[in-house]
Amino acid sequence: MTARVRGGESWRSLRVAAWLGWQIESNWTDPFLFAVYSVVKPVAGALILVFMYLVVARGGLENHLFPYIFVGNAFYIYVGAVLMGISWVVIDDREHYGMLKYMYAAPLNIYTYLLGRGAAQTAIATVATTITLLFGVGVLGIQIPPGQVDWGLLAGALVLGLAALAFMGLLLGGATLLTARHNYFIGQGVAGALYLLSGVVFPLDVLPAPLQAVGKGLPVTYWLEALRRSVLGDGGNEALRSLSTGTVVLILALSTVVLAVASVLFFRWAERIAHRRGLLDMQTMH
Amino acid sequence: MGTREFSIETQDLSRVFRVKRREARGQKREIVALDRASLAVERGELFGVLGPNGAGKTTLIKILATLLSPTTGTARVAGVDVVENPWEVRRHIGMVSGGESSGYGLLTVEENLWMFSQFYGISSGEAKKRIKELLEVVGLADRAKTKIYHLSTGMRQKMNFARGFLTEPEVLFLDEPTIGLDVQTARTLRSYIREWIDQHPDRTLLLTTHCMYEADDLCDRVAIIDQGRVLACDTPAALKRSLQGEAVFRLKVDGDRDLGPLFDGTGGVERFTHAARDGHTEIDLILADENALVPVLTAIQGTGARLLSLEKREPTLEDVFIRLVGRSLTQANGGGDEPPR
Repeated sequence: MTARVRGGESWRSLRVAAWLGWQIESNWTDPFLFAVYSVVKPVAGALILVFMYLVVARGGLENHLFPYIFVGNAFYIYVGAVLMGISWVVIDDREHYGMLKYMYAAPLNIYTYLLGRGAAQTAIATVATTITLLFGVGVLGIQIPPGQVDWGLLAGALVLGLAALAFMGLLLGGATLLTARHNYFIGQGVAGALYLLSGVVFPLDVLPAPLQAVGKGLPVTYWLEALRRSVLGDGGNEALRSLSTGTVVLILALSTVVLAVASVLFFRWAERIAHRRGLLDMQTMH
Repeated sequence: MGTREFSIETQDLSRVFRVKRREARGQKREIVALDRASLAVERGELFGVLGPNGAGKTTLIKILATLLSPTTGTARVAGVDVVENPWEVRRHIGMVSGGESSGYGLLTVEENLWMFSQFYGISSGEAKKRIKELLEVVGLADRAKTKIYHLSTGMRQKMNFARGFLTEPEVLFLDEPTIGLDVQTARTLRSYIREWIDQHPDRTLLLTTHCMYEADDLCDRVAIIDQGRVLACDTPAALKRSLQGEAVFRLKVDGDRDLGPLFDGTGGVERFTHAARDGHTEIDLILADENALVPVLTAIQGTGARLLSLEKREPTLEDVFIRLVGRSLTQANGGGDEPPR
């Protein structure tokens, strides 16, 4: 079979899966209500963060840590959406919709299928992140002057980071194939660990040395550092200050490549085990 | 097997599941779902796999559809090894499992089917045309725009049936396609299955069922399977002919009686089954010849039982199954009734 045929199948899988993902994410209500929900949800999330910050930190919004936390949280929306969005497809298709076995028996590329399903979540997360940032600038007074934003860095880091998150989602998807009943907890656990260790709200500097070391090994840490440097002009982590922006992006790119190889290899291994044990149509939750 | 072209070919195909023992933690026991099954299905055939629940029919389909690895043995579909090249196999197959309500609830019937057709690279216009035709066949034309979470399980099953034929696969696997459907719908789907294979002589259809009527009525050839083993494989007529030298009777006697020990000791009784129904006992007998009936009736009379009816029957696939396995399909299915015709 030619590479062209395989390429065609992969593209088809991505395109149709993206359509399907969008239908599933948006089709649960009428378009107007969905639009309202899409705006209200991130704004409500931002307000919760603001109140938590005011109560816990007892500081004003002018504190230099607030933009760090706010921007970190805004981009963290992608982590939940992409990472969980891709891995959850496995359990949703298998146990809720009962369709995973039909997908596996069809001539589609399961990798691009999963990425396609995650694409809808990514689009929704992009809207939510944008609204959150606009709310931060317009209402909470966070300084992100468009003229000072490094748009090239923002775009490059965003793409690399999304790729890293997608491959982490694939990694989790592989684990889901084997451990359906525990997937929700695994996904939540990973997302929670990333929230703590990647400098989403706490700069790496405040973490104990062993956790700091773990954080420095995570691509999400460099992703957020690069994004903060692009929009705020400063990454906010003393532990990474010695690294140039080019180095931060390079580490992000390299760790994404490592993650890509590891996730594809792990997913293939998980698929083989799932085939061997008959797990592709397992029912454990719904 | 010479140089004949087979759409499906299995050689000593086995599948063993290792499951945890409840009574002994950490230990596993082995369940043989498929035991050295060898089959060869020719292109253009409507091939039936008949057997009770748990016989290994679904396991066979899962292996052929590349969803499950065999433990040992080989399987080829459309000339391609299912283990060595599953991606290539998937370009040639379609699959429908009956009795389940899979599908994306937030999509309409039409959207579910259209979406699936797109994975196979069918043009949107052609897909919509086929969807319209198939929804007419399965009686869901008026539900095309209905989101499927509004549909009953039976309606979803009909939609999934349509999905199987939508892509016009070279080899189609139907796993108990009419299970749980009402009589009229089951009849309609059966006639469509037969019509489809007749109109597409280059296609092959493998159908599993535990309904002997379905196998008898539809299939060009039938493999009888029980406890993972293929016990016989031939045309329904030839399978039934294998009992032609024997005599098949159905008797009814009053009361709920266990006549097993009685027949065990009666000469000429090849096989028998008996089941209590509505206050009487129904007995199916396969006798070496008609002469064996007299000692049977004498023995029954000796127990004080009253004979209510006696009928000599043409052999059915059920009788073939009894002859091979020693129990009826109904008994093997756990006492459930034969699915509606």
